[in-house]
Amino acid sequence: MSTQENIHPGMNLGYEGETHVAELKVFGFWVFLMSDLVTFGLVFAIFGTMVGATAGGPGPEDVTNLRSVALQTALLLGSSFAFSWASLSMKYHETRLRTLGWLAIAATSALCFLIVEFLDFRHWLEIGAVPQRSGYLSALWALVGLHGLHVFAGLLWMAAMTGQIIVFGLTDIVKSRVTRMGLYWHFLDIVWVGIFSMVFLAGVA
Amino acid sequence: MNNLLGRLTWDDVKLFEVFEEFSIDSAVASGAAWVAVLGLVAVLAWITLARRWVWLWREWLTSVDHKKIGIMYIILGFVMMARGIAEGVVMRTHQATALDGGFLSNHHWAELFSTHGTVMIFFVGMPFITGFMNYLIPLQIGARDMAFPLLNQVSLGLTTTGAILVMASLVLGAFETGGWTAYPPFTGADFDPGPGPDYWIWAIVLSGFGSMFSGLNFAVTIYKMRAPGMHYLRMPVFCWTALCTSILLVFALPPLTVAGLMQALDRVAGFHFFTNDLGGNMMNYANLFWMFGHPEVYILILPAYGIFSELTSTFAAKRLYGYTSLVLATMSIAVISFCVWLHHFFTMGQSPTINVAFGIATAIIAIPTGVKVYVWMATLWRGRIRMTTPMVYMAGFFILFTIGGFSGIILANPAINWQVHNTQFIVAHFHNVLLPGLIFGIFAGIHIWFPKAFGFRLDERAGTITAVLWIVGFAMTFLPLYVVGLMGYPRRSAAFADPAFLPYMIVCLLGAFVLLAAFAGLFVTLWISIRNREALLVPLGDPWDGRTLEWATPAPPPHWNFPVIPEVNARDAFAREKAEGKPYVVPQEYRDIHMPPNTSSGFWVMLATTGFGFGMTWHIWWLAVASVISILVWYFIHSFRDHPEVVIPAVEVRRVNQAWIEAIDLGKPITRDHETGTKNRGYAATDMVIAS
Repeated sequence: MSTQENIHPGMNLGYEGETHVAELKVFGFWVFLMSDLVTFGLVFAIFGTMVGATAGGPGPEDVTNLRSVALQTALLLGSSFAFSWASLSMKYHETRLRTLGWLAIAATSALCFLIVEFLDFRHWLEIGAVPQRSGYLSALWALVGLHGLHVFAGLLWMAAMTGQIIVFGLTDIVKSRVTRMGLYWHFLDIVWVGIFSMVFLAGVA
Repeated sequence: MNNLLGRLTWDDVKLFEVFEEFSIDSAVASGAAWVAVLGLVAVLAWITLARRWVWLWREWLTSVDHKKIGIMYIILGFVMMARGIAEGVVMRTHQATALDGGFLSNHHWAELFSTHGTVMIFFVGMPFITGFMNYLIPLQIGARDMAFPLLNQVSLGLTTTGAILVMASLVLGAFETGGWTAYPPFTGADFDPGPGPDYWIWAIVLSGFGSMFSGLNFAVTIYKMRAPGMHYLRMPVFCWTALCTSILLVFALPPLTVAGLMQALDRVAGFHFFTNDLGGNMMNYANLFWMFGHPEVYILILPAYGIFSELTSTFAAKRLYGYTSLVLATMSIAVISFCVWLHHFFTMGQSPTINVAFGIATAIIAIPTGVKVYVWMATLWRGRIRMTTPMVYMAGFFILFTIGGFSGIILANPAINWQVHNTQFIVAHFHNVLLPGLIFGIFAGIHIWFPKAFGFRLDERAGTITAVLWIVGFAMTFLPLYVVGLMGYPRRSAAFADPAFLPYMIVCLLGAFVLLAAFAGLFVTLWISIRNREALLVPLGDPWDGRTLEWATPAPPPHWNFPVIPEVNARDAFAREKAEGKPYVVPQEYRDIHMPPNTSSGFWVMLATTGFGFGMTWHIWWLAVASVISILVWYFIHSFRDHPEVVIPAVEVRRVNQAWIEAIDLGKPITRDHETGTKNRGYAATDMVIAS
């Protein structure tokens, strides 16, 4: 296992012995994402078995506001797009300002996503679509909420990374962390595409 | 005050129950609480009197050394095992008096079988196997530590959190009564609003995160940190089984976490995942739980298979017969174990077609297990077997585990399963695979690797007697259950009406006492060995003529394991070196070694998550919220701090290694005939090695 094979090409790391560590950590993070994907997959499966379990309460057509969902999708995918620009500028530019700028756009976009999602949640509460009402609504809140919680955690992470870029600059450790954050961020997009199509689109189809 | 402590009141403190209303039942409950509290006080007092706090903190609690973390896991396993076995003996005593009632209340009885199962699976079996994997993986693949040493410590902290919560239920409140599987709606808020199911949920979920991270850590370590030349098919078999277990941990823990958290949402926030009304569906719980539960069986047993594999080839002085078959069998088991979960509830309303599919899958998984048994037999065949303690366990394992496996094949048939499900037959079956399979493997492994970890061997005579006690005790306690199961004795019932069961239950009780003696025998063995440790010292590190890299280090190994990372060019690397007459090569040059620094992270995570779990259990919301925030803030600060590695200078590495090499040069190699004698200082003569 020579170190040459282990240099992580996406990060343009300095060659001060961090490369092997970065490889380990990125690989470990992939394994974590696989496990997290299993978690989401199971919640999706539970949701799938509970689509019909509305117990006379609000159903998919009552909770789906396609305009709002489209907006959320645009915001979240836009955030991911901005993040990929942050990753690229981290790789190709030594100045931290450009990376920070893209990170700020990604964070703002994701924050707007959460706000719009929150407005949806508030609407659900208003029409009595509370999770205590039925098995379907329990599964809906759990699935969408779990994703929202992941996005929120990602925002905290982004705040920490912003701080670290300011304090440390684009060191190898910071680069490796931003790379992992990127994996996480794009992963949440994929999950959202699942929610978008399985929960909302299929719900009103 | 009430708000500050949530729903915890003075009445929940079980210590004084017996003084308020005396009965045998309350005496047992309060007695157990006192044992837990006094045990804790005694340990704390002993540490204080021995002035060991600083040592404990510096050398153990803050250590990220995989070897020490492994040892701590195993100690945790033994502490919890003491409780599990005590509960087992109380239950057997109850059952021997259970003709038309017994001395325990129904509720207390149900609590006992629930905690016994939870403790034994999650806080005995899991710490044991995690401990072994921690200790052995880096040493066997030629690495200095885990891929993520800090995460490793945090995993230990999370596992300990679960154990603390289960122990707390002994003193404050009560545990749940729905068995180790804790099926809702019985454990839902409607039927059991009390703290019991919440203890279960948070103990399982929090320690489950720990197990998942352990699996992740082990998998990455094995994938990425093998020494040069250690190809996959050159890895020791234990590492293969550890790799498969790690993969299972990463994929199988999420269903448990999801089931536990959904159950928590049902209970705390009034959701309807598994409730009887408003669209809840408890079958989702059964499926989620067993999607975890069945792979869990293999999570526990695969590392034990690994230990038995190392054991047969070492103590028969032969290379393992059928290495590739064994690897393939292990991998097959890992994959198929995800396709059989439904056999845990054949009777719960699926169509016959589905039952048949899972029945066939279950029968199929017996094939790779059978392959393993033949591999071990072929390895022993014409080997020069030393009938020392590990081999005694192996002999017991062979016979008993095969019986357990056969009963499993019987149960795989849905038609038969319908007849015996929920009877003592099932109890007999899973004890029959877990005790001779997992636990015998662990104890055999302790006899093999204890000298590596602590530098002296365990007393052979006491060890053999203990092993025989385990085998006899097991057979007496659990084999009769097959018979009463077929006679129709339902499991988990507090009483029975048919006098025909009684003689069997008395045999079981006697067996339980033998098992108790066997458990005590472990500590007697340890005690005798510590007293005679001068005669049992094996500082040179290779007392059993071992075959894999961990034996090519002193006992105990230095913090950094290897002075230089070894180059591997064959399977059974160390045995090959010995056969070629060039073991203990002196490195040409020594370099500085960088090791991860000590950290108190795991300890604080343990405290905070214990606070969280306790707060959620007793509805002490401020505590739960404060715990989460403190973890986030701590993690935030931690990520901003620099953590410089500890550098061990080349001179120091050289000094330690030279001292060891010189001791070997002065030492006398010991043939296998004198292995158990006092002359065995850990320098093996290569009289019997067959390397390739």
